Amino acid sequence: MADDSNAKTMTIICTKGTLDWAYPPFILATTAAAMGLDVNMFFTFYGLNLLQKKLDLKISSLGNPGMKMPMMGMHMSMPNIVSTIPGVDAAATKMMKNLIKSKGVASIEELREMAVEAEVKMVACQMTLDLFEYTPDDLIDGPELGGAATYIEMAAKSDINLYM
Amino acid sequence: MSEHTLDARGLNCPLPILKAKKALKAVPTGEILEILSTDPGSVADFGAFCNQTGNELVSSNQDGDVYKFEIRHTA
Repeated sequence: MADDSNAKTMTIICTKGTLDWAYPPFILATTAAAMGLDVNMFFTFYGLNLLQKKLDLKISSLGNPGMKMPMMGMHMSMPNIVSTIPGVDAAATKMMKNLIKSKGVASIEELREMAVEAEVKMVACQMTLDLFEYTPDDLIDGPELGGAATYIEMAAKSDINLYM
Repeated sequence: MSEHTLDARGLNCPLPILKAKKALKAVPTGEILEILSTDPGSVADFGAFCNQTGNELVSSNQDGDVYKFEIRHTA
């Protein structure tokens, strides 16, 4: 795709595997593709979660004072001591998913599907697969495997390079 | 009314843009796609989308809570 056009190109290194941090890379990748850019995503460490066949993404309010949820007309962050109580993260995840739905925000599954449709090229980090004992069978169809050099080669000729 | 319409009301960023891109594919070159949106961010975003892709933003209007865009498929 990148070879046959003068299209601008973008790469994103995706390093995070939580529900909230899954959004920026997929939103920007799909939007850039819609705007005619060739997009490459490189998934490493916890970012590899985003390529799992069955997504099971969660958020945690622990150590995250920036996460203020709208509640009863206010915005409330969770004290760390509350975040550590079993079930609190699950509840926060559920609350976030409800918010996502009610505000017309796409699900990560939906955005990922649109990225695949838009021919966003995805590369899964081979070392991360080895490290966390995953196999390509754990991932959706499509991503290629590669390492640091693969990413650097893409980035060296890309107009926009982002780390998330 | 354009004969090509995309109802993106209730959808949030970046869905109006993604759906518009998809819908434009079905619009013959030179014809206009009309888009309805309730996302206030879509005003700036459709301008940026058209600047980047070369499609022509023919009009951008607000009627109450609804934003209406007309994009001519030129690119």
